[in-house]
Amino acid sequence: MSFLTMFYAYLFYFAALVLLAGLTIKIVEYARTPAPLKIPTTPAPTTRTGVVFRMTREVVLFESLFRGNKWTWIFGWIFHFGLFLVTLRHLRYFIEPVWLPIELIQPFGVYGGMAMVVGLAGLWARRFLVDRVRYISSLSDHLILALLILIGSTGLLMKFVAHTDVVAVKSFFIGLYSFDPYPLPTDPLLLIHLLLVALLMIVFPYSKLLHAPGLFFSPSRNQVDNPREQRHIAPWAKRLEQE
Amino acid sequence: MAKATFEVPELSQYPDVPAVTPGTMAHSMPFVSKQDFQEPLGYPGELVENWQEQAIAKMGDLLGRYRSLRVYLDSCVKCGSCTDKCHYYLGTKDPKNMPVGRQDLMRKVYRRYFTLAGKLFPKLVGAEDFTKEVLDDWYSYFHQCSQCRRCSVFCPYGIDTAEISMAAREIMDSIGVGQKYCNEIIGKVYKIGNNLGLPGPALEDTLEGLEEDVYDETGVRVRYPIDVEGAEILLVTPSADFFAEPHVDGLIGYGKVFHEAGVSWTLSSHASEAANFGMFIGSYENMRRVAQRIREAAIQLKVKRIVFGECGHAWRVAYSFLNTLAGPWDFLDPRYPVPQHICEFTHDLIQRGQLTFDKSENDDKVLTYHDSCNVARASRMGDTPGGQFEIPRAIIRATCNHFHDMDEETIRDRTFCCGGGGGLLTDDLMELRVKGAKPRVEALNNVMLEKGVTHMAAICAICKSQFTKVLPYYGMEMDQIVSLHQLVSNAIVLTRLTDDEDEDEDEDEDETDEDEAA
Repeated sequence: MSFLTMFYAYLFYFAALVLLAGLTIKIVEYARTPAPLKIPTTPAPTTRTGVVFRMTREVVLFESLFRGNKWTWIFGWIFHFGLFLVTLRHLRYFIEPVWLPIELIQPFGVYGGMAMVVGLAGLWARRFLVDRVRYISSLSDHLILALLILIGSTGLLMKFVAHTDVVAVKSFFIGLYSFDPYPLPTDPLLLIHLLLVALLMIVFPYSKLLHAPGLFFSPSRNQVDNPREQRHIAPWAKRLEQE
Repeated sequence: MAKATFEVPELSQYPDVPAVTPGTMAHSMPFVSKQDFQEPLGYPGELVENWQEQAIAKMGDLLGRYRSLRVYLDSCVKCGSCTDKCHYYLGTKDPKNMPVGRQDLMRKVYRRYFTLAGKLFPKLVGAEDFTKEVLDDWYSYFHQCSQCRRCSVFCPYGIDTAEISMAAREIMDSIGVGQKYCNEIIGKVYKIGNNLGLPGPALEDTLEGLEEDVYDETGVRVRYPIDVEGAEILLVTPSADFFAEPHVDGLIGYGKVFHEAGVSWTLSSHASEAANFGMFIGSYENMRRVAQRIREAAIQLKVKRIVFGECGHAWRVAYSFLNTLAGPWDFLDPRYPVPQHICEFTHDLIQRGQLTFDKSENDDKVLTYHDSCNVARASRMGDTPGGQFEIPRAIIRATCNHFHDMDEETIRDRTFCCGGGGGLLTDDLMELRVKGAKPRVEALNNVMLEKGVTHMAAICAICKSQFTKVLPYYGMEMDQIVSLHQLVSNAIVLTRLTDDEDEDEDEDEDETDEDEAA
């Protein structure tokens, strides 16, 4: 097996490990840290079901962002929805046989790829054009956008300009499950694309990409507004009462 | 117009977002707390020697106790949605007053000491050592946040800068850098029972005076009782209600409502303060200690219900936290929520047709209503979400003929803070308060020009004090801010006689009987 294939195989094992372990650690940490006080941003739902609806609107429609800033909302939503379609499309490289819904989604995945790059470009433009957003942007905010745009555009280039052997790519990834990877094609676009994706996976648990799990743990969004009906008390606060 | 040593912002007809102008408010900081004010709260009297180490340790402690802090410090993607939402940014142009700018003051320290990326590549992710300069910035800008939560409404992750400001103040207190205004006041609550340091006898005098005033004006003996054991309702109200204008007119109104409802009620000299400044300084322990007074008073006076007067942050602590801090309330009447807001109480009576109003008594005013930030975004009234917006408006409509809302973008959960909340209502922050009031005053000004509004009603002691002081800077009158229950007080028709008036009549009758017998 070539050095290149070996390198990418180990890279993806490492990246997957970091992503899964890193995210698990973070999620356990969030889940274990108590929220001692009721702090939903009101008006807030008064039932669990209501909270599920509120969270769904936040996750799917970015409701609060919509109220906050229409430009950021439209670019942000286009990017995330595009990324979602692209991810579904890419599932075909990791499952055998390919599920029917994933087969059906394939053509939309391509539009998703374009949408993703357009959305990212819009978000990046704001970091230069809006003085307030420029002020709050650090180097890492720019780099993460660059990373995502490069991933998107190398992917689109492989679709429209320089194809790679996708069957071989799939064999490589399926082979990883049994620690027996097939040789990876050596097209430079593919190698760059995969390298950047691995980088994204590694960076995920150590960066602002934590907003993805973070949203689900945000007390101002996920708490039920029922403090008068139900006494809410954290374990460490309970101990104060016993003193 | 009040004289200012700084430039008062100009009001415009259309909301404009100012260009980023760094450092305009770097000089603004409140007086630092002295040793005498720190110690009663359990904090060191001055900056401790190894402050940096202790501050980092305290931050670690808080990260383990507050999920909000941990999640909020990790989750921000710098999308910019909050950047034009804070009234202090809109009024001062200082980018460290953008909510994310303020959060980043703590986030950069968090990243440096608690994240891998910040430990390895500080420059890349904007992480910084906790230096004295950073601490100074903290003291300045975490005392330019009124914890109004407007930013959290627009954040895609609900990041609430108030949580971060509170944590920052708690960290600073723990290393001996406290704010005089808040900490001195909390000390007074412990020592005397209320923020203003009014002792029991002074309260009794004031309340007697109120009874006489109301009697002179209406001919009805409305009672303003204090420390009456066995009363049905304990009223907990901000101490400003006892004498400040227009607060006291609200208190007069509560008394008239209770009078018409025919329920017995009492104030408590032990818990003669609704506000809980423990929240402002982010201290669970102090907030709990302040809240416990209310429990003690309720037990001691054997009341069955607790009702809170008009106060914004107090209502947040009451509605959202009181059950946590001082509950369970199983010894009170289970038919009523604990606690209730005076507006809920009044609204309920209106619904049941038990109050009679002569709306024309308020015809000299055209009203608008200011949603106080912590009532709007951190609490509720009534049974349905948003009751905190509808109930006060329903009361105004029931008591006034002329009412117009301000611009939709500036009311309800998008309301602007008055500029004085969160422990900033102190004269040493006057510039900040005037500038921070700009967005609210602008909306008020517009509705004055367009609809002929003359007065703005509010249900928060801080809002009332703040506008009284700040409106003159903008060329308005200080008495344009009124208490909601002042409107109730003006319009209510007193139909019930009090017990002793009944008694008086009884006595008269007795006398006649005797006369007849003789």
